Amino acid sequence: MDQPLRIVIAKPGLDGHDRGAKVVARALRDAGHEVIYTGLRRTPEQIIETVRDEDAVLLGISSLSGAHGHLFPRICETLREHNMGDVIVFGGGIIPEDDWPPLFAAGVRALFGPGTTSEEMVEFIATAVQRDDAGVGHGAGWHWNPSE
Amino acid sequence: MDNRIEAAKEGDRRALARLLTSIENGELRFSEPHSGGSDWKILALTGPPGVGKSCLLDRMLHEWVDHGLRIAVLAVDPSSPRSGGALLGDRVRMSVVDDDIKKKSVYLRSVATRKTSGSVPLVVRDMAFCLLQVGWDKVIIETVGAGPSEVRCAAVADRIVLVEGPARGDGVQAEKAGLLELADAVIVNKSDLDGAQRHANELRESLHLGHEDAPDVHLVSALYGDGVAEASSMLLTLEQSMRAGRARWRERLLSHHERLLLEHPEFDSLLMKIEEGLMSFEDAYAQLRDGNE
Repeated sequence: MDQPLRIVIAKPGLDGHDRGAKVVARALRDAGHEVIYTGLRRTPEQIIETVRDEDAVLLGISSLSGAHGHLFPRICETLREHNMGDVIVFGGGIIPEDDWPPLFAAGVRALFGPGTTSEEMVEFIATAVQRDDAGVGHGAGWHWNPSE
Repeated sequence: MDNRIEAAKEGDRRALARLLTSIENGELRFSEPHSGGSDWKILALTGPPGVGKSCLLDRMLHEWVDHGLRIAVLAVDPSSPRSGGALLGDRVRMSVVDDDIKKKSVYLRSVATRKTSGSVPLVVRDMAFCLLQVGWDKVIIETVGAGPSEVRCAAVADRIVLVEGPARGDGVQAEKAGLLELADAVIVNKSDLDGAQRHANELRESLHLGHEDAPDVHLVSALYGDGVAEASSMLLTLEQSMRAGRARWRERLLSHHERLLLEHPEFDSLLMKIEEGLMSFEDAYAQLRDGNE
């Protein structure tokens, strides 16, 4: 049988809204994954160190503070700087659709807003780990499109 | 042999993390490294949920790192028996890994119990051996003890420290058999709350009945730091209680047997066959057991 996937769910920056992150962590647990939750107000550096020490395959970042445009690309860049380009990054929270293209270009592979089903997230993860171009090291390129 | 071992020795944490994943996935085994000296290398910190094990460990890690030690922590949390998934949340309380200087001397890894029963899978012992071999001074295994029967940590650690707290039942609870009998030391946390002193007294009383070699009971407050420095230095020189020798080997044998069964390639398919009535329990067990001989 396949081993469970190790996934870090992180809350970067000054943002205390963790209901969404906890619901996602729980949904991924129920889908059979091992979820490491970082707690609130982590810096990009702390998040990357957690992914490294925990040997996570995926990193989910949640932001409801409006700082996603700064934090998400910074996290992707830091992962690449640390030779962790094979980590798959996805995001969630309150992220207006107009802000999506630059985040996808930075290497985020999926963005999930309010109303996303846990089935969709689980499907994204199953799809992403099968691809060889989903790591953040591949920069812009493939990203999740549920209608595909 | 494996160049990740050399890389991990040189401080490459990603290589170390990947080594541990390989061990966890059953692809790699480690045996006990030769060590000089009689001090312990692997300590299990256990106790019921909510008594403050993670907070206390965080405080003690700050102390130990100040002493110049490099310490690795394997924080074990249960896997869901239904989905196989797990929520690993011990990092949330670990401020020491956010300290720019101290974080270099601490490695924290969350471990799920996966398919094993009991509080600690035996594979954690191999992970601890790996950490010692690549240069970490000591390994702390933090486990969720769901009750007095969680004696499995005796199979993986050189020393067992039981963390308790106030409001955990009356004096009769302290008399119940189990982990308390195997502990090399007992720490009662939350000394800032009512009842902690009384609980510590009850535990002392219980431990001293009938045992000459009773472990010490220490009172601390992980929240305010009272007693933590004393407890931290006490643990560094903790001796192994003589009472637990046979029980340790017993737990190790049981863990080893379970690991052999779980590592059988047909384990999941046999499980399914029993569930669907295609095979009797006895036949399935015989196949699992014989397959490993």
